[in-house]
Amino acid sequence: MTLREIKEILQAEVICGQSRLDEEVKFAGASDLMSDVLAFGQPGILLLTGLSNFQSVRTADIIEAKAIIYVRGKKPDKQGIKIATEKGIPILSTKLMMYKACGLLYSHGIPGVDELQEKK
Amino acid sequence: MMMSAENVLFQSFEITGRDFSRAGSVSTKVKEILQEIGINPGIVRRAAIAAYEAEMNVVMYANRGELVLTITPKKIHFKVEDKGPGIEDIEMAMQEGYSTATDEMREMGFGAGMGLPNIKRNADKFEISSTPGSGTRLDIILYLNQAEKK
Repeated sequence: MTLREIKEILQAEVICGQSRLDEEVKFAGASDLMSDVLAFGQPGILLLTGLSNFQSVRTADIIEAKAIIYVRGKKPDKQGIKIATEKGIPILSTKLMMYKACGLLYSHGIPGVDELQEKK
Repeated sequence: MMMSAENVLFQSFEITGRDFSRAGSVSTKVKEILQEIGINPGIVRRAAIAAYEAEMNVVMYANRGELVLTITPKKIHFKVEDKGPGIEDIEMAMQEGYSTATDEMREMGFGAGMGLPNIKRNADKFEISSTPGSGTRLDIILYLNQAEKK
């Protein structure tokens, strides 16, 4: 599924990375704890989080996330947008809460990062 | 950055304690260096995670610290040394979920008691020593040829 389709499903707003919306997303993970994200993150992961400060962007860069979705209408701070733009990480923001955003993506066939590991 | 005749790269980075605005910048730089050298992406990723957690620990708990990156043809070595409160009980600190973090740290998405275990998980060799009231030293090693592991 492309980021553009995910944007539609979550009725999300694109904060940055408009040019990368046609990239494929194969799996996702969600957490507000960056150490958890560092523990389970895999390259190419779509990261859903409610933590919108720039540390979430740093973390996404370190684990090589495909994109970040902020839930519950959260928006990144200026430094977050700056890092995301430099590193080419798309950021989307949805008004949906975490539970519903994850549920929608899962029901549309995006598996969790842990399922990806089980398949290996 | 220094590159000697033995093909050793050595670079040191200052980490300022409690300066959350720059937190993560050292490990981002370290990751860029490892990528530029052309190190295996899987190793770069593990090294970057370990460096990031170690940097965050210095930022969150210490007054100041230093990350020294040494790359030889065989391994990546991060020495992370700080001046700070040190760790009273290392065994406890190594347990997942154990944390002495403040609310400010938790607001940054850290302080869940995962840092040191995450570092250990991503390193091939990990050593920690600490003197309460003085500081903590971590030695994190990743082997470039994974056959040499252990």
